[in-house]
Amino acid sequence: MKSDAWIRPLQLAWRQLSHEPLKLIAGVAGVVFAVMLMFMQLGFKDALFDSATAVQRHLSGDLFLVHRQSEALWRPVPFARRRIAQALAIPGVESATELYVGLGTWRNPWDARKRTLLVLGCDPAAGVLAFDGVAAHSSRLRQMDTALFDSRSHAGFGPVGATLRSNSPVEAHLGQRRLSVPGVFNLGASFAADGNLIASELNFLRYFPDRSLAQADVGVIRIHPDADVTTVKHGIARRMPDEINVMDRREFIAWERRYWEEVTPIGFIFALGTVMGFVVGVVVVYQILFTEVNNHLPQYATLKAMGYTHRFLGSLVASAAFILAVLGFLPGMALAAYLYHLARQATFLPMTLLDHKPLLVFSLTLVMCLLSGAFALRKLKAADPASMF
Amino acid sequence: MAPVVQLDSVSHTFGDGPSRKAVLRQVSLRVHSGELVILTGPSGSGKSTLLTLVGALRSVQQGSCLVLNHQLLQSSDDTRNVIRRQIGFIFQAHNLLPFLSARENIEMSAALSPDLPSPAQRRNRALALLDAVGLTPEQDQLPATLSGGQRQRVAIARALAHQPRLILADEPTAALDRAAGHTAVELLRQLARERGTPILLVTHDARILDVADRILRFEDGRIIT
Repeated sequence: MKSDAWIRPLQLAWRQLSHEPLKLIAGVAGVVFAVMLMFMQLGFKDALFDSATAVQRHLSGDLFLVHRQSEALWRPVPFARRRIAQALAIPGVESATELYVGLGTWRNPWDARKRTLLVLGCDPAAGVLAFDGVAAHSSRLRQMDTALFDSRSHAGFGPVGATLRSNSPVEAHLGQRRLSVPGVFNLGASFAADGNLIASELNFLRYFPDRSLAQADVGVIRIHPDADVTTVKHGIARRMPDEINVMDRREFIAWERRYWEEVTPIGFIFALGTVMGFVVGVVVVYQILFTEVNNHLPQYATLKAMGYTHRFLGSLVASAAFILAVLGFLPGMALAAYLYHLARQATFLPMTLLDHKPLLVFSLTLVMCLLSGAFALRKLKAADPASMF
Repeated sequence: MAPVVQLDSVSHTFGDGPSRKAVLRQVSLRVHSGELVILTGPSGSGKSTLLTLVGALRSVQQGSCLVLNHQLLQSSDDTRNVIRRQIGFIFQAHNLLPFLSARENIEMSAALSPDLPSPAQRRNRALALLDAVGLTPEQDQLPATLSGGQRQRVAIARALAHQPRLILADEPTAALDRAAGHTAVELLRQLARERGTPILLVTHDARILDVADRILRFEDGRIIT
């Protein structure tokens, strides 16, 4: 092998692409668009799952009890509170706390507009709602008609956090009941609700008078540090009727995620969007590479006649595909970062760019471009060196 | 010394059934080292097809076609590719790569030579050939900025860059005026003779027949003179 044999197709491909800058820009723009589309779809999909499972990830517990007919946290099927108390009898269980969940209507005290938020009711002393800011205000939660407000809720709920920071009181209405907000915590909006509220269990029942303290939505179980989660889980499950589902945290998160992925069309829509971005990219890059091959068919045929193999010419097309992938990826990612920022501001969804997505999208971009190159290679077969005479 | 090209009773047809047409009929031919053989004749007489068979660009259907000591009848794609690397091609349409300079186009051909493994060697080879064809000042120019005659001279240099053992040329002077055409063919002959490389040249151009060692006239798939 020649000392520079590996680099020659890449150099040649670059010379070929850069020879016509406008075509190159058009090709790169196509890849940028596809990259941006894939980032956005994956970003929204991840944000959906991250926001939908934020409560599960932050609850301070090891095992969780829900009714088997419950599909997701925001639409629970209540079950008898005594089931949670029964769990205390299982060896290894340290504490068992009831969690109440409901969707309430918040009336913005500044403009009187109404929005729906998720209300979590729990004994403040139990400390299971381990969101940033809750512990500092847990004693205030015991007062009648109070609730902590999620500072990452949608702006449409009003400037609650800013008002509290200026030491002004915030009073609003939840349903028909007036409440006072002594502080804020950090959780974030989700696809189920634009905002969140935390109340004591007694205040929760005041805001939802049709609910009963005897019927809880989630049981949060903590186990002793030296107890085995799986053993305790099996122990609780054996004591519970079939209607109660006992899950560890991983299963609890997967349960919520499964709802959004499989029960709602949202997961499918975003997956389809990602595929669409990929397909758009394949079509655009194919057009660019096909045109390149088609326009240079006599030159390729000449190279074949000279003794260059089909494999070499194939590597030339693959190199062009690789260059388009690399050139399109970075600006596509930069554009996506800006759009993530805009989306975060507009939706308060936790849009995170720098996690697994850059590697995934780059891999998809590479596959997208190489697939387009493979399609364009079929045209290369038409480069018949005998036709040169 | 054995001929570089030795054809015996080579026949070739295109098409199937009623549309089947014989383009070469029992053609036999010998080309020796250092010879410049011109094939001439009317269009469709089979001379270009003969060039594609000798150049290992097409499968031989019938007859013996011995080129550079390789039998091309029933040869594999790989074998034909190996043979092509030892042949210098000059086409009517020069087909220089438009995104490479004159020197780089020649280096593309030089890269096929096992005797020129390093970029520096290939560059030196290309510069020497550019000097030989009188295009040193134009070495960095793209083909689009060269005249037709200059491009054909680059194509000649490209055909010689990997030090071929046989040169096949198809209408190399078609796009050139008389003076430029004559210069190009003289140049080709001179460069080839220095190495004893035989040239098989197809042309309709009567103005360059005088440079040939031998002229073979084709008609209806046969060599008639």
